[in-house]
Amino acid sequence: MRKNPIRVLIAKPGLDGHDRGAKVVALALKEAGMEVIYTGLRQSVEQITHTALQEDVQVVGLSILSGAHLPIAKRLMKMMKEEGLDDKIVLIGGNIPKGDISKLKKLGVKEVFPTGSEFPNIVSFIESNVPN
Amino acid sequence: MKKKIELPDVVLESGIKVKPIYGPEDVKNIDFKEDIGEPGEYPFTRGIHKYMYRFRPFTMRQYSGFATAKETNKRFKYLIKHGQTGLNVAFDLPTQCGLDSDDPLAEGEVGRVGMAIDTLKEMEDAFKGIPIDKISTSLTINSMAPIMLAMYVTVAEKQGVPPEEVRGTLQNDILKEYIGRGTWVFPVEPSIKLIGDTIEYCSKYAPKYYPVSVCGYHIRESGANPVQEIAYAFLIAKAYIQHVLDRGLDVDDFVPRFSFNFDIHGNLFEQIAKFRAARRLWAKIVKEDLGAKNPKAMQMKMIAGGGGGGLTIEQPENNIVRGAYYALISALSGTQTMALCSYDEAYTIPSEKAAVISLRTMQILLDEMGLRDTVDPLAGSYYIESLTCELEKLIVDMMEKVEKRGGLVKAVADGYVQNEVAKQAFLLEKRIQEGKIVKVGVNKYREDEEEREIEFHNYKAEEAEEQIKRLNKVKKEREDSKVTKALKALKKAAEADENLMDTVIDAVRAYATVGEITATMKEVYGEFKEPVRL
Repeated sequence: MRKNPIRVLIAKPGLDGHDRGAKVVALALKEAGMEVIYTGLRQSVEQITHTALQEDVQVVGLSILSGAHLPIAKRLMKMMKEEGLDDKIVLIGGNIPKGDISKLKKLGVKEVFPTGSEFPNIVSFIESNVPN
Repeated sequence: MKKKIELPDVVLESGIKVKPIYGPEDVKNIDFKEDIGEPGEYPFTRGIHKYMYRFRPFTMRQYSGFATAKETNKRFKYLIKHGQTGLNVAFDLPTQCGLDSDDPLAEGEVGRVGMAIDTLKEMEDAFKGIPIDKISTSLTINSMAPIMLAMYVTVAEKQGVPPEEVRGTLQNDILKEYIGRGTWVFPVEPSIKLIGDTIEYCSKYAPKYYPVSVCGYHIRESGANPVQEIAYAFLIAKAYIQHVLDRGLDVDDFVPRFSFNFDIHGNLFEQIAKFRAARRLWAKIVKEDLGAKNPKAMQMKMIAGGGGGGLTIEQPENNIVRGAYYALISALSGTQTMALCSYDEAYTIPSEKAAVISLRTMQILLDEMGLRDTVDPLAGSYYIESLTCELEKLIVDMMEKVEKRGGLVKAVADGYVQNEVAKQAFLLEKRIQEGKIVKVGVNKYREDEEEREIEFHNYKAEEAEEQIKRLNKVKKEREDSKVTKALKALKKAAEADENLMDTVIDAVRAYATVGEITATMKEVYGEFKEPVRL
């Protein structure tokens, strides 16, 4: 058993306003007993990094449906590294073509959950990857 | 002894329990004359026109527009050539959020989900060679609606078409943007004021133009059930109407030019009954609550389109079939305008092929299947009429719930509606994942999709660069003193709480950019802070 619940930041970068997926996943993680911080639309990479640091989360989940996932992930991973947040688990969800998954993982994204991913898979991935 | 047959329970998304058989006893409380009536007559349950499609078919209007104005212009001409009778313009996200193409926040987004507009120049290019007086155009724009309306009437004027001849619809529904789509800029109160400005302007100068299209569509796409979709949309419409009434305009003058945008996916019968219930309820609201006398004000005009939320990324060709059923629902529901999400729209901007299949789907329905022949063919069906009554009651209850809580504007500003919709979305997703709601190809008849090949719309970064070059050229060629003067006048008008349309038109004519006009308005109004609660 964990002493403290897992803390997760769910963020929506860019101008894309499709937040249904982000909110639904946030509610699913909450139901699974995690503490979820959802910060709303149009978060810059700087804001996301800052919140991750401030809120001391173990997991950062990005929801991206606009197609801009590669440049955003690149910028975020760089900034997280600069801020010494390499230990955070970064996950990406949304409208992600299969061919881009390996590219995202190469950038340091731990796992990608494309549209339609099932809640139990997301929950168990987080639980087995966040150290006790 | 006879064996007892056990039938599974059927519960619709709205929570209504469906019986296996309906009969006369289910409609015995319905007064045919009062509750259903004649097509084209109050309460318009059967449709807003007497002869509906027999006289004039529904308008077919696919959502389109991408990258640059010139490319969009090409797609418009292509669609017109293939028989489309109205245009529906998509703008890119920077334009929708009031940012110029060279704004750092716009990086990677210019021309991605629609056409980029920085100045009047792009609007001129987009409508080059398209006779504005002969075609009606929907502009899918919200917080930037006053600016885009100003540009559109200015382009019309340059083509020799006066504002009073301009036809089309402005989406211009900011309250739903806070709930769903998310392209808000200004806080709630000034945003409603801006909508009031456009309504007032159209009322005076562009009487054929529909200044507001209230969108239940995006609320449902965000996860709302059909009851929430209609209830929230009607509350939103009432909020705008009340604001304009407070300015002293007459309900019979401007409400006839309100229209609605609704969503179609899910249970076929539930959707049809939803639209019939909505039409009847809207007529009652406008007549009884708002005191209208003009029957045209009581008519719920709508674009009802196949929603992207019903489509699946799995086995995308199935979406062609879904689209055909959504179109059927739309036609059986008495829509004025139809649009379908194309089969590839669950994951990309429609390809040309997919867009034409959607158009052909609607044309087949109209010309081959007999949907034009007779008005409201489902009227009198025990099931449909009973369901219509049940849904109307649920919508009324939902509206009362929000009104008791202090009204919709408050419920949006403090995030209550957003939270209700998110909870509903979560519930629905869980029921799909548990297999309680079937999605073919997703949780039933699923195929191994390792080899799934999806053709994505190609985003061309060089087109964004070209757009920035064009913007710089316009900025160089315009008279800066005129821009400064126009923006100053705009700020003054905003501070004095005057109608901004005249000053926005002047700014647009001087080739002020979308970003400059927005920044000027932000100085006075500030920006919306999203109430995040889950």
